[in-house]
This record gives sequence, structure tokens and C-alpha cells, in this order.
Amino acid sequence: MTVQIALTHRFGGFALDVAFDAPPGVTALFGRSGSGKTTTINAVAGLFRPDQGRITLDGVTLLDSQRGLCLPPHRRRIGYVFQDARLFPHMTVRQNLAYGQWFAPKGPEVGGPGVGLDRIVDLLGIGALLERRPGGLSGGEKQRVAIGRALLSRPRLLALDEPLAALDDARKAEILPYLERLRDELHLPMLYVSHAMAEVARLATTVVVLEAGRVVAAGPAADVLSDPAAAPTLGLREAGALLGVRVAAHDADGLTRLDSAAGPLWLPQLDAPPGTALRIRILAQDVILATERPQHLSALNVLPAVIRDIRLGDGPGALIRLDAGGETILARITRRSAQTLGLVAGQNVFAILKALSVAQQNVGATRAPRA
Amino acid sequence: MTDWLTPDEWRAVALSLRVSLWATALSLPLGILVAYALARWQFWGKQLLNGLVHLPLILPPVVTGYLLLLTFGRRGTVGQYLDQWFGIVLAFRWTGAALAAAVMAFPLMVRAIRLAIEAVDPKLEQAAATLGASRPWVFATVTLPLILPGIIAGAILAFAKAMGEFGATITFVSNIPGQTQTLPSAIYAVLQVPGGEATAARLVWVAIGVAMAALVLSEWVARGVARRIAGT
Repeated sequence: MTVQIALTHRFGGFALDVAFDAPPGVTALFGRSGSGKTTTINAVAGLFRPDQGRITLDGVTLLDSQRGLCLPPHRRRIGYVFQDARLFPHMTVRQNLAYGQWFAPKGPEVGGPGVGLDRIVDLLGIGALLERRPGGLSGGEKQRVAIGRALLSRPRLLALDEPLAALDDARKAEILPYLERLRDELHLPMLYVSHAMAEVARLATTVVVLEAGRVVAAGPAADVLSDPAAAPTLGLREAGALLGVRVAAHDADGLTRLDSAAGPLWLPQLDAPPGTALRIRILAQDVILATERPQHLSALNVLPAVIRDIRLGDGPGALIRLDAGGETILARITRRSAQTLGLVAGQNVFAILKALSVAQQNVGATRAPRA
Repeated sequence: MTDWLTPDEWRAVALSLRVSLWATALSLPLGILVAYALARWQFWGKQLLNGLVHLPLILPPVVTGYLLLLTFGRRGTVGQYLDQWFGIVLAFRWTGAALAAAVMAFPLMVRAIRLAIEAVDPKLEQAAATLGASRPWVFATVTLPLILPGIIAGAILAFAKAMGEFGATITFVSNIPGQTQTLPSAIYAVLQVPGGEATAARLVWVAIGVAMAALVLSEWVARGVARRIAGT
């Protein structure tokens, strides 16, 4: 299931010109507001018709301006989860869910495992809401129902436009695991628009970075997010690498040991049984570098690594990309430190990470990033 | 009750109800279509259509009645063909009274429904489309239920207007007892006769009663529907 997107459109003082492929998995469209993310997925869903463009979904042409072909939204079978859930106010939750089912193609399952009402209700934890009306639901509940409604229309692709942006942190934390389950259990391809790096880092298998209507970076999430060249667009404070890990053991003193290709890591107690595959995001600014294995240091996590490249910024900072047992780690240090230590590409160093500095929101209870 | 009004008076009341019901029922689908077109579509001549719909509201009713007579009279531009081809005669028949009432009430109906359509968030209709609903289905399952209060309000407003229509009706179909003599025409007729005040008073009470009942009914129904679609 691959989506191929190429479109151009000229607005008043803004030109959109994007082209990228979305392979199976979650493709995140990341960028600031006004960068063209929503316009792009609206074009995919058929809610917006660009001047020029060609969009195909798994071999089916949705839009081809040269041939004058533009499928109307109701024939594209793209489930759309809007930022503002857009539940039908005159229907109960159950009727809203049934609305998606009503128009879905009947007959045997075409793609993937069954996505019946019971399964979706269970997956999203909305069983207790079925007889209620949207007006009485919380923002998080509404959004889960909206996701369920879109899923029950048996879409070929799920488009999500900042589905968490209108929610507070607690509600976001409530919904993220459900989205991870959709990705891992239903194997439904998703186009996920967001300007929140934490969400993208947790969900995306592929990242497409948009800036002022253009694609500035695109590729596997782990590569794009740890690419020093993309860091200025992604936000320096948000720059960081994704690391695939597996829960090894929960120690008695409240720490969890994780195994990774880069070496063992200890983090504060994680709520996952041993053996669970996780991916964690290590922010570049939380990593310290040493040229010798440090002694008498409080930090628990010391990973041997090799410097792959060094990117000096315009300001006082430098981004160092490291290879640790095949995994990429990004470190953000000062230029002065880089010069004092005499860091060069190919050099052996040690990356040091405080156990407490990986926030819970940067731990995704899911499969490894390189799917 | 029958001895409270004379048979002639009853006939006028019954005719008025029949004329108003038909006028409302038959113009409702067209009213919804026109309201939808004015609220949602961009097309050439939109302002012209808007003006045409509102014309009866601004013109003196006598003028509207006279125009109806020119158009739908037996020798009228449209009326002669209706007569020749379908055997339908409107002038000086109760059906003509219904047409006159419908034309006069149409702007009120369209305005109420158009306001309701404009209040529906097009984003909900977009959402329905992404779920696989074609345009007609979107209208039937999302737009229509959400504008139902407006439709009911518009229909009852139109009915009340039709009940009270006088000028265009009397010009187009005259004032024939049992044929075209509606409640307002009957009140007008008895007032032309010395000593007719008592009859007129009784008919006035009927008119007030029907109008009040329509108003209360519309409030009650609209409130029920509004509660249902508020989503709580």
C-alpha cells in the first residue's frame, strides 16, 4: 500500500509544490502551521483540488489533473480524522460509528484483519459511550469516536489532521497508545499531519518535512529525525534520535534495563513487561560526549560510539551524529566543547545519557522505528 | 361547535385550511431546493433568483395577484397551456387561491430554511463525504436532519401567511363563497354588509385561534427537534 503524491497549487502569496511517496506504515507530514500540510492531505482526501497534481493510492489514481480526473471524496475511501472531531451532533455515538459502516463496501474483508464494530469499540475503549451523544463527550472521547468512525468506513488509508492538537497533554497521552495500536495491529497506512515532534517521533515510520510549501526532507523516521541537516527545520530543541530497544528487566531500585544494539540502557521504571519492543527518543541536548570512558560519574548510561559527522551551526552549538552499534544517536554540544575535545569524524567517543532525562512521552510502547 | 358558525362561515374556514395546507405542502420541496441553492451554490443569476423569490414580499399584493392573473389566468401566458394540455384551470378556483397563497408565503419559507442551511457547518458535510456518502446521501443524512427545525419553522410561517393572504388571492381568484372565499375574504365580505360585525368578530376569533395554534405548535416542534440535534 503506497501513496504517491505530487501536486502544485498557487495561492495568493504562497506556492505549494510537493512530491513524495508514502510507503506502508505511518507517514508523518511535519512542519510549521502554514507550511502546506493540511492542504496536502486535503488534496489526498479530495477536499481540495490543486491546480496540478497526480495522486495514486496503491495503483488507483485519485487525481490526475492532466487527464482531468478527480475522484470525489466519497469514492476515494480515505478515512479522515479531523482536528475538530466533526461528529454528527444529531446522532448517538453508536449511530456515528454506524454511519462509517453504512457506506463501507460490503463483503469479505479486503485488506487486513477484521475491523468490525466490536473490534474497533474494544480497540479504542469507547464501549461505555455508545448510547451517548457527541455533545456530552470530552475532547479525547470525541476524537476516539471520530477515529473509530473513520476506521469503520473501511478506508484504504487513514488521514489524520493534527488529531491531538486541540487536546491537553493528559488527553494526548490517552489517545497516542490507541494510534500506536492502529498502526501495529490493523496495519492501516496513515498520513499523519502534525507540528508536534513528540507525536511524530512516537508514531511515524516515514517523515516528510514541509517548509513554506516545499518538501525539505523525507525518508525513514529514524533517518530524518537524526539528520543534522534537518534539525534547524525540525527545531534544535526537538532534535534527537530514535532508538529501538527491548525491555530486559525491572530492577528492584525502580529502574528498567533496556537492551539495544547500542548497549544496555537504564531508564526510570517503564510500564511494560520484559521482552516488549519499544522505541525511545533521545533528545540531542540530553546527550553528553566524553573522549574517554568516564569514571566517578553519576550518569548510568554510557554508550561507546563512533562520530559519523559533525555539523557546526551558525550559533554556539554543534550537532554530532554518532554511530553506536549500528544505531544513530544525535548529540548537541557547544562548538567550543567540540573544538576543545578536538572531535573529528571517525573518532571513538562515549555518549552519556542521564537515566531521568528520557521523558515518558518519548517512550513509545511499540515496534522499532525501522519497520 | 357547528352551530357556533354558520355553514357558510364553516366553509370559509375549511377552505382556508385546505388552501393553506396545500400551498405549504406543495411549495415546501421547491422552497428547500431554492433555499439550498441560495445558501450554498454559486451560479449565474443567483441575485435574480433571490430578487424573484422576494418580490411578493415587497410588491403590493394586488400587483402580485394581477400578475398571477396575467400568467395563470385562462388566457394567461402559462394558464392557456395548462388548460389546453392538462385541463388545469387555476383562475377563480380554490387551486388558484392555493397558488396565490403559496407565492405570497414563499419568501418567508425560503428565508427561514436558508438561515437554517447557512447555520449548518459545511465541515460536517465534508466529514460525511470522506465516510463514503455521496452528495444526495450527505443531504439526506446530515444536512436535512440538522435543518429540520428551520424547515418546520418555515413551513408553519408559510402556513400562517397563507391563512391570512388576502390581496393577491382576491385579485386572482375573486371572492366566491364556497369556491374561493377564504377566511380573510369572508371577513372582508361580511364587513361590506351593514350589521355584519358579529359574524366578522366570530371569524376574527377563528383567525386568531388558528394563528396562535400554529405559532405554539411550531415553537413546540422546533424546540423538540433542536434538543434532539443539539447532541447532548
